[in-house]
Amino acid sequence: MPDTVQPIRFGSNSGQPVSRRDGIAKVTGAATFSADNSPANLLHAVYLPATIARGRVTHFDTAAAQAHPGVTHVITPANRPDVQGDPEAKPTLFSFRVEILQDDSVRYAGQPIALVLGETLEAATEGARLLAPQYAAEPVATDLDDGAPFDIEPGGFGRPQGMVHGDIDAGHAAARQAIDVTYETPAQYHNAMETHAIVAEWDGDRLTLDVPSQALNMSCAAYAYFFGIPAENVTVRSPYLGGGFGSKAIPIGPNILAILAARMTGRPVKLMLTRQQMFGPTGHRPATRQRLRMGIDATGALTALDHESLSASSRFDDFFEPASNASQGLYAAGALRSVHKGVRLDIGTPGPMRAPGEASGAAALECAMDEMAHAAGMDPLEFRLRNYAETEPGTGKPFSSKALRDCYLQGAERFGWDGRPLDPGQMRDEAGLLVGWGMGTALFPCPMFAAEARATLRPDGTALVETSAADMGQGAWTSLAQIAADSLGLPLDKVAFNAGHSSLPDGGVAGGSGHTATAGTALHEAGCDVIRQLGEIAATDPASPLHGAGNARFVARDGHLFIEGDDSRSEPFTDILARAGGAALTGSGKGVRPPEVGQEFAMSSHGAVFAEVRIDPELCQMRVTRLVGAFAAGRIINPKLAESQLMGGMIWGTSFALHEKVTHDRTTGRIVNADLAGYHVPVNADVLGLEVITVHEDDLHVNVLGVKGVGEIGIVGTVGAIGNAIWHATGKRIRRFPIRIEDLLTA
Amino acid sequence: MSKIHVTTTVNGDEVEFLADPRETLLDCLRDKLGMTGSKEGCGTGDCGACSVTLDGTLVCSCLVLGVEADGKQVGTIEGVAEGGVLHPLQKKFIEHAALQCGFCTPGILVAAKALLEQNPNPTETEVRYWLAGNLCRCTGYDKIVRAVMDAAADLRGEAA
Ligand code: FES
Ligand code: FES
Repeated sequence: MPDTVQPIRFGSNSGQPVSRRDGIAKVTGAATFSADNSPANLLHAVYLPATIARGRVTHFDTAAAQAHPGVTHVITPANRPDVQGDPEAKPTLFSFRVEILQDDSVRYAGQPIALVLGETLEAATEGARLLAPQYAAEPVATDLDDGAPFDIEPGGFGRPQGMVHGDIDAGHAAARQAIDVTYETPAQYHNAMETHAIVAEWDGDRLTLDVPSQALNMSCAAYAYFFGIPAENVTVRSPYLGGGFGSKAIPIGPNILAILAARMTGRPVKLMLTRQQMFGPTGHRPATRQRLRMGIDATGALTALDHESLSASSRFDDFFEPASNASQGLYAAGALRSVHKGVRLDIGTPGPMRAPGEASGAAALECAMDEMAHAAGMDPLEFRLRNYAETEPGTGKPFSSKALRDCYLQGAERFGWDGRPLDPGQMRDEAGLLVGWGMGTALFPCPMFAAEARATLRPDGTALVETSAADMGQGAWTSLAQIAADSLGLPLDKVAFNAGHSSLPDGGVAGGSGHTATAGTALHEAGCDVIRQLGEIAATDPASPLHGAGNARFVARDGHLFIEGDDSRSEPFTDILARAGGAALTGSGKGVRPPEVGQEFAMSSHGAVFAEVRIDPELCQMRVTRLVGAFAAGRIINPKLAESQLMGGMIWGTSFALHEKVTHDRTTGRIVNADLAGYHVPVNADVLGLEVITVHEDDLHVNVLGVKGVGEIGIVGTVGAIGNAIWHATGKRIRRFPIRIEDLLTA
Repeated sequence: MSKIHVTTTVNGDEVEFLADPRETLLDCLRDKLGMTGSKEGCGTGDCGACSVTLDGTLVCSCLVLGVEADGKQVGTIEGVAEGGVLHPLQKKFIEHAALQCGFCTPGILVAAKALLEQNPNPTETEVRYWLAGNLCRCTGYDKIVRAVMDAAADLRGEAA
């Protein structure tokens, strides 16, 4: 595609590798995260997590806890003040049922069963310990094998929809070669470095919260619901999040308890989860078991792609990992089927975790594709190109843009994929280590949630743009400001950006990799609204060189308004505003996708990841020694920060492939590795040879900005690429993630 | 529980506070001295978000009691920039985009500074292993290393 296609004019800010605007605050320690707030007269809250996974609490030693010096209140189901909302209700999108001491039942290990308030954190912690709960425990089920699988009734968020295109039985029957393989992925917990934390303070019936939130205004509505107040009475301040990854879009039970405690005591209350508690009422990516059946004809074309996934939710709420969705939009198979099945276990309700569905689904799909390619005697890349989908599989809808072929080619070239032996176990390095190369395809959809923004052009020629958007690390404050500056025709340093506060126009949800697209569109529209108004003023002002320009389109550039296509006539913003009385001009905008665009086009980001591993032939220690990812995600607003997002995603892919997993004790139902010593994530020393290529892609349809999103796709192709590289090094196909030394030793 | 009087030096300034003997140095810094740049990511010595130096030695302040700081020199993120001028490490972290959410960043900067003070010319492998105790979930593991290497070159007076 020619790179001259410009859906709209963009200024000089978008596309620049600008350093983050919050950089200085973050490198000096001045950036304040939620738990850094300590208002006067603060009480500390500590909740007690259940140590059984199913049953009832029969006794607390409330007297001992209450008697401990510094403990001010002990709250259990027996004396918990009323809330106005129903804990079993779901007041907003992305709400889950919460445990807020509504009764004495325990439905998973780690559930809050009591809350202790104290003058100090130490006192409250000791008070909680002294509660020494006794339980009537019931037998538990925490493993996928422990439940009875059922077909998931589709129903929006958390209840994924399967699909069938074509005649899947005929597709299987037509296959000249076929595979039938089953992959497993484990339960994983988000574990943002900042644990969940909240500081809650009431003033009459107004509530102020310092709480990290990926969706500030939506969380105001949710908290308001539980306390019977209007949403506008709740203020959420969330300037910085120490990582979210999906877990901080959801109002969690402990936060509601802290707010309740603040209302009950009339004092500000701080509650911060410990790392161990981050394996509790926080959501997680549930375990999956996925069966993939594929068939190909004599040319290597897929006759059938049949993906069935089983995943776990809690006994009382629905979030099933939409893993088989990964097969819905990627390869041109004669017949396609994706099926979602569920089991119910004694676990906390799962939730969306970075690339929910795509990460775990593509882990299985991309390894199965590798197995199929090997069975066909084809190179894995050649096999994928053989089954390249020019239009959306099944529906035949055109893609709004799809530069996946370029991702394959640029990634392969950079990696040096050519000359890879087809058979495994063929390569060794100079130290005698086994070397293997693998690849995987990445796909991630481009959702847009609704957002609003406001732009104000001041008489001095500077601007203020506002939206409640949070910066959870992705760089929103920087890339959104770049978009706003372009829409206003101003250099970035003349644009102040105000965000992270729920009183601002609703910045929508920082999730689904759709935040830059959504909040960015709102900011763009707000800036354009200001420029349109400015044009009207100038066109009707006889003193302006632009007077009489009538219906001509105006273009804003470097603080000047021009007539489109006529650079000879222009005027500085400041002059136009000064003559008009010197008042500021305010515009507003919304970021939404018109529904017809979604009907007409299939929209996804794409990518290709290539991995090299080196493995000790005796000890089976594995190292990912190179990882090259090429991604096409529409317009890249800030290459420096987008690259960080993609790299972060790819390292999550390494983590998924080789490290992360919770293990339940099947007798007690407790997670046995609920801390960062036992729950393994990669460290600096695990990452070598990481490279990201952003492939040029113009998209005229996805939104006015042409932005798709980069927050999650990095993880998607990487897991399979590493699994496939391990097979290529060793000839051992491990179908359970994470792949561990013992799997290779015993395979 | 009766409190203990602690006199210590933080980033060159003498300070005093009363500590509950169970209180960690991390909590004393954050809650008694209002220095919230050091973060708690785990409280168990696994993540490095609370990294500070104690008489020049890199420690996890979540594993040190506040009372242990008595009579010692404590170095925190708040002391890395001097007189409003960013340390080369801080500049390079911004330039290389070696931070995202920024929650791990103070600990990593304190740890990296401690490394460069004892080893001004580390290899990439030395940087990767020295910083292996500082988790970054976001994760900046590649750019962090580049930023440290570049800052080290800068401090040695070399162009990177
Ligand atoms: S908070 Fe001290 S090491 Fe994690
Ligand atoms: S920047 Fe977020 S944890 Fe490192």
